Amino acid sequence: MEADRAKATTSIDKEGLQALLDALAKRGYRVVGPTLREQTIVYDDIKAVEDFPAGWTDEQDGGRYKLVRRSDDALFGYAAGPHSWKKFLFPPIRQLWRATREAGAVKMAPELASTERFAFFGVRACELCAIAIQDRVFMNGALSDPHYRACRENAFLVAVNCGKAGGTCFCVSMNTGPKAESGFDLVLTELVGDGSHLFVVEAGSDKGRDVLAAVPQHAAKPEELKAADAIVAKTAASMGRAMRSDDLHDLLLANLDHPRWDAVAERCMTCANCTMVCPTCFCMTVEDSSDLVGTESSRSRRWDSCFTMDHSYVHGGSVRASAKSRYRQWMTHKLATWIDQFGTSGCVGCGRCITWCPVGIDITEEVAALRSGGPR
Amino acid sequence: MSMAFTTERIAAAADPMVPRVARLRRRRRDLNDVWTLVLEMEDGSDLEFAAGQFNMLTAFGVGEVPISISGDPAKAGGGLVHTIRDVGFVSGALARLAPGEAVGVRGPFGVGWPVAEAQGCDVVILAGGLGLAPLRPVIYSLLANRRRYGKVALLYGARGPGEILFRSELEQWRRLLDIELHVTVDHAEGDWHGSVGVVTALLPKADFDPDNTLAMVCGPEIMMRFGVGALRDAGVSGSAIYLSMERSMKCAIGLCGHCQLGPAFVCRDGPVFRHDRLGSLLSAKEI
Repeated sequence: MEADRAKATTSIDKEGLQALLDALAKRGYRVVGPTLREQTIVYDDIKAVEDFPAGWTDEQDGGRYKLVRRSDDALFGYAAGPHSWKKFLFPPIRQLWRATREAGAVKMAPELASTERFAFFGVRACELCAIAIQDRVFMNGALSDPHYRACRENAFLVAVNCGKAGGTCFCVSMNTGPKAESGFDLVLTELVGDGSHLFVVEAGSDKGRDVLAAVPQHAAKPEELKAADAIVAKTAASMGRAMRSDDLHDLLLANLDHPRWDAVAERCMTCANCTMVCPTCFCMTVEDSSDLVGTESSRSRRWDSCFTMDHSYVHGGSVRASAKSRYRQWMTHKLATWIDQFGTSGCVGCGRCITWCPVGIDITEEVAALRSGGPR
Repeated sequence: MSMAFTTERIAAAADPMVPRVARLRRRRRDLNDVWTLVLEMEDGSDLEFAAGQFNMLTAFGVGEVPISISGDPAKAGGGLVHTIRDVGFVSGALARLAPGEAVGVRGPFGVGWPVAEAQGCDVVILAGGLGLAPLRPVIYSLLANRRRYGKVALLYGARGPGEILFRSELEQWRRLLDIELHVTVDHAEGDWHGSVGVVTALLPKADFDPDNTLAMVCGPEIMMRFGVGALRDAGVSGSAIYLSMERSMKCAIGLCGHCQLGPAFVCRDGPVFRHDRLGSLLSAKEI
């Protein structure tokens, strides 16, 4: 077993990493990954190893995100930032179709599904799970989303095992990390220190093996494998948050009238940040527009959030008018009814909703309060 | 045929979010703010549907709304008859369409009424206001196959005498000797000599065997809550009561998230639900 693993696992250095980026570009992939912008780590185009945020890490807590310097020049030494890969697979705004009226006839021009081939570089274990969850949402048979499907089937996924747990991470509680188990083409574990900087690489698909073959490498040494395992184990042992997750479905649905919902509504600003940064939230709305004379019209879809009044609006008013009901909808959907709908929780424990909440509402704390019985 | 055109055709077939083009054949004003639109698909195709299903209708340049189908499932073009109340930008724009103008159509969507399951049962139809529109296809089906059903009772409530939808059809149906039909209004002036009161008050007047009855309820949510209560009090089990829920919908294919009602997507798992399967969701506030 160990011998098999050693055979299948190789190590590359930073030059090898550049060769990997080049090999992906050469195969027609648009490589996107973590990069530094406006004091956050966001996903954008990556051309060279220098584009990665070398030597940075983050401090995260409820309502708090701060980049700080590391003592080394690790390229992946931070936790999840505000972006997730859904911004590529399920873009925030996308035109659906255009209609043109000519001499009384209406001609429909559907927006074609994207042909862009992305290589997502630096996908964390929790994010692989988030993508797998959105696959269930958007690729559910006849009524699937053609853009998502095209983009997803074309994508090449380079996962990175987390070398550091963020302050709001709880992937261990959700069984989604920190080690990437499946769903990737390649997975890297970064080893930095003692004057060396290596990446232990395993392929998870034929596509991955093909790309890896174009990269200078050496067979992973036993001590490198051991170090890689130790890094993941250390990350798993240092989660910033924890949340018991085995009983959430019944716990939440049995507590729809719990006073805690009123307590959280006093703090929640219904700003929708949590839903925008969540890697699985999929609500969208549509917007129509037309030119002034009415010959051209079009429809776009854009991300929507269950925290807005419009989300549940039917003539006469919103079904969920109170902040309490909207927070409850979000959390009960994410942790409970999502399971009824898609056979999986909608939460991967990435902690983004905690970090990016302007008032620091913490989903793990809210669940604990519901479980304990009383309001805060 | 150019390549681009072919690609567009394929994409249109594959993308459930792209409407097909229909034309307004005619419209009829049913009430002050309620219109029935009869559409025809531009390509001449028919739209088969089940009673209780809905279409997404687009007023080009304005927007798209879910509208239940109010036509006859057995008639050609029955799936392109919609009765809408002018309450917003989109429904208003649809109501103001002139004959010949284009309308976008996606559908039909959703789970309809249990018309087949009701065979051999007494049928109670409880409708409030515009809730009669999605039930009209059921009435057409029951009347077309009358001998397959037991007793049929249609109980209808409107806000006032001037708000009675499909009045001439109700009057025609009332002339039939093998269905029972009662109408009531919430409020009335002195020139109304019919029943005044809530629609649930009509239930004791209807003759049905509660152990062998299937009830279909559609109207404002509060009316449905009381309607279900009255039916349960009359001895009809929750597994024999069906209702049609209304929620915001942007996609109708279970992707946009808007129509969630607990675990259900109303667009896909409904709009017609069996009451016992909704459970407490009907009475819970702001779910």
